[in-house]
Amino acid sequence: MSLLKLSGVEVGYGRNTIVDNVTFSLKEGEIGCLLGPSGCGKTTLLRAIAGFEPVSAGRIELAGQLVSSPAQQLPPEKRGVGMVFQDFALFPHLTVFENVAFGIRHQPTDEQRKRVNQLLSHVGLAGYGPRYPHQLSGGQQQRIALARALAPKPRLLLLDEPFSSLDAELRESLATEVRKLLKEEGITALLVTHDQQEAFALADRAGVMYHGRLLQWDTPYGLYHQPSHHLVADFIGVGVLMHGQITDDLKVQTALGLLVGDDVPRGAEGEAVDVLIRPDDIVIDDSAERRARIVARGFRGSHFLYTAELGDGSHVLCMASSHHEYAVGQDVGLRLNLDHLVLFPAGYCDT
Amino acid sequence: MVNALRNSLINARKGFWATWQQLSLPIVALIICLPLIVVGVSFFIGLAGEEQRATLAHLFDNVIGEYVRHSAILMVGVGLLVLVIGVTAAWLTTACEFPGVKWLRWALLLPLAMPAYITAYTYSGMLSFEGPVQSGLRAITGWQLGDYFFPEIRSLTGAILVMGFVLFPYVYLITRAAFIEQSRAAIEAGRTLGLGPWASFYRVALPMARPAIATGVTLALMETLADYGTVHFYGVTTFTTGIFRTWYGMADKVGALQLASLLLSAVVILMVVERISRKQSRYHHAGRAQQGSRAMKLKGFKAFAAFTACFLPVLFGFLLPALQLLVWSYDRLDTWLDPNFWNLIGNSLTLAALAAIITVIFALWLCYGKRVAGKRTIAGNGATIAKITRGSVAFASLGYAIPGVVIAVGVLVPLTWLDHRIISFSESVFGVNPGLLLSGTIIALLFAYLVRFLSISIQTVDSGLSQISHAMDESGRILGLKSKEVLTRIHFPLLRTSLLTAGILVFVDVLKELPATLVLRPFNFNTLAVRAYEMAGDERLADAGPAALMIVLAGLIPVILLSRAMNRRQQQEARALDPRPGEIYEPVKA
Repeated sequence: MSLLKLSGVEVGYGRNTIVDNVTFSLKEGEIGCLLGPSGCGKTTLLRAIAGFEPVSAGRIELAGQLVSSPAQQLPPEKRGVGMVFQDFALFPHLTVFENVAFGIRHQPTDEQRKRVNQLLSHVGLAGYGPRYPHQLSGGQQQRIALARALAPKPRLLLLDEPFSSLDAELRESLATEVRKLLKEEGITALLVTHDQQEAFALADRAGVMYHGRLLQWDTPYGLYHQPSHHLVADFIGVGVLMHGQITDDLKVQTALGLLVGDDVPRGAEGEAVDVLIRPDDIVIDDSAERRARIVARGFRGSHFLYTAELGDGSHVLCMASSHHEYAVGQDVGLRLNLDHLVLFPAGYCDT
Repeated sequence: MVNALRNSLINARKGFWATWQQLSLPIVALIICLPLIVVGVSFFIGLAGEEQRATLAHLFDNVIGEYVRHSAILMVGVGLLVLVIGVTAAWLTTACEFPGVKWLRWALLLPLAMPAYITAYTYSGMLSFEGPVQSGLRAITGWQLGDYFFPEIRSLTGAILVMGFVLFPYVYLITRAAFIEQSRAAIEAGRTLGLGPWASFYRVALPMARPAIATGVTLALMETLADYGTVHFYGVTTFTTGIFRTWYGMADKVGALQLASLLLSAVVILMVVERISRKQSRYHHAGRAQQGSRAMKLKGFKAFAAFTACFLPVLFGFLLPALQLLVWSYDRLDTWLDPNFWNLIGNSLTLAALAAIITVIFALWLCYGKRVAGKRTIAGNGATIAKITRGSVAFASLGYAIPGVVIAVGVLVPLTWLDHRIISFSESVFGVNPGLLLSGTIIALLFAYLVRFLSISIQTVDSGLSQISHAMDESGRILGLKSKEVLTRIHFPLLRTSLLTAGILVFVDVLKELPATLVLRPFNFNTLAVRAYEMAGDERLADAGPAALMIVLAGLIPVILLSRAMNRRQQQEARALDPRPGEIYEPVKA
């Protein structure tokens, strides 16, 4: 049974609809992630699940219980939902111990102490109880915020851009740590972020939101390799869209040549399409007969990301190890390494 | 070669000026602190001689117990009153929506325009036997004199009520700012951890605002301790009235100095409390400001109760006293034609304008010194210099908490000493007696105002300067400005408003100031505040009306400035309340 179920959820203020007809669900113990650019409505959706925003249509169910609908709204404190805020929102007037114990203040003191100490050592901050939040570093505050949210054993944990105020290095290691912790505690969690690496590191299921709509809800692997919408393809990873024409034998004719895959739908013969080409679909191979000219390159450490111009003036991206260096303007050969085709209706192509 | 020589010369000259400027700061600070030092050490000097010890023993035996008791009761009463009124009003106007709340948000600042002593005069007038309240009562009931009991406003309780209703805006203003700045997330975190809306106020919002509330209450208590006009008129003996009585009534300068030093030590305790709570409040700003947390909409009885709770302080603290002043001023229309009255206005305006200009100049000097010193630390030459400069600025700002009487006494003693040196020098060299050049002229007054009000302009100028980053200077230089042009084309346009604000604040405070002016004004030199005081002292309350009204009208200027600043904040809030995608809920990422 799904622990969290959203069906047709809409959140809006006046004429401004922030979240538009969102439907997805999350199974018990799963970690979900809402991805999207600034202003796509993902935080608003998270706050609606927490009970801070009323929904104007649809319903939100938690473990089978209806918590939000236009007609009724369970207040946040009655939902059994934990939340880690973007700026952590630790109570500055309370110690670390008191912060973590805040949600379990009605339990006997002994149990409080046991639970808090257990959580503190879980997040690697045993012995930090008597300190005040302002005496901690950003990463430490983050972990305390997590411990505080976990203390009452919430049915669902919500995380609002939990790593965005930390520096990049800390972000990745913490994300992995947090995943381990959530899995150990068996917590169902929903995370909001604009950073796909974070989503990939943490989530079992992820969705991309654009202008209030959830475009695709899938595994991170699926979002990358089988985007169902050109905007998803655009947001996740890098790549280009190319003009294509479906041939009578269900192959796709593009500037890169004839592409073959079993993903071409029957009955689409003759239609114009856009084909997603990722850099990992193309290998630079000087012996290949498909020629292109390097027009730009970006150094990425372990590899170069090249932009190559094809005969018809369209561009593709390709990667090569930094041991193989090509100069801008140089002629190279391209070999295709496509294992499946990603096609969209024509019209979004950038070239 | 020539270039190198020129450069080193320029550097040497720059170094000389910078060093000189920095050296000047501790000296300026010392001069400004001189009155406080004089009062501070006078206690110990007082212990030196046999006679002085006797004076002190006499004071302790006879009057100090009463002063301490009255001052303590006054402070407890006023403290409780401003706490309750200020925090209630701040919370209701921040967290709730009800009819009239927009108006009340700034109207609650209005009592700041009323000096406590003027409010005291108006209530004395309103509640006296001939006043409108008692006359009305008699007209309705037909009672005569002696038929009924009516509480006496001119009492300790009366003084507490008057000061409570005048001083609560300090708590209101600072607490409200703290509520607004509280991170919405902190309140919401409380909700997700199981708190209802009211519990999250008591358990999260209120404790987080505690340092701000403490700061507001301490500021109100400092004003209470500094007050002379109200307690004098209401016949309550406190330290300030005691200093006046000892100085003038008994011509006992040593005794007055000793009383002043005791009062000073009480103030110092309050200042320490204030510093500590300000320091704590720094840590109480976790997270970003409260963004668009939607206010609770109150309806029906609740809305009426909230409105009343916020309206009564405005009514008692401003509307009624202001109405009484208007009535008196209308009764005494002829005063407005009296050239003496205009003379008085001229005196007050001149004095206030001079004090404002001098104070702003000193504030600029000190703040620039601090800024330059702060910059040099980066280059590595002089963490100590930076520390000394910062310390100097802090010292020069001490005066805001010191009662005017204490400053006046502290100014008079060293200036009189200096005057006598000048006179004897002048007589022996030129054979002329120049008179009291310093202590007998407005120089003494201006000096006292500088000591008392410098911190107001330092704060304003400093916050203005802090908005001009060193990077702005540097980008100005890179874009081809000379260092002088950086001042004229970047700093001055950016600082103009701060300087003007600083000047206006000092100007108005000087107009309202009573005790120091009373002590230090040159013979036959009167101001509006002194006139109001003298008329009220002669029981000619209505005659005090026009002068008092002028002071209150001037006092409205800073209130308008404050409410405009609050409005800007409110608009920012309103923008946050209307979340357009990408503006609010999602942080903008590079």
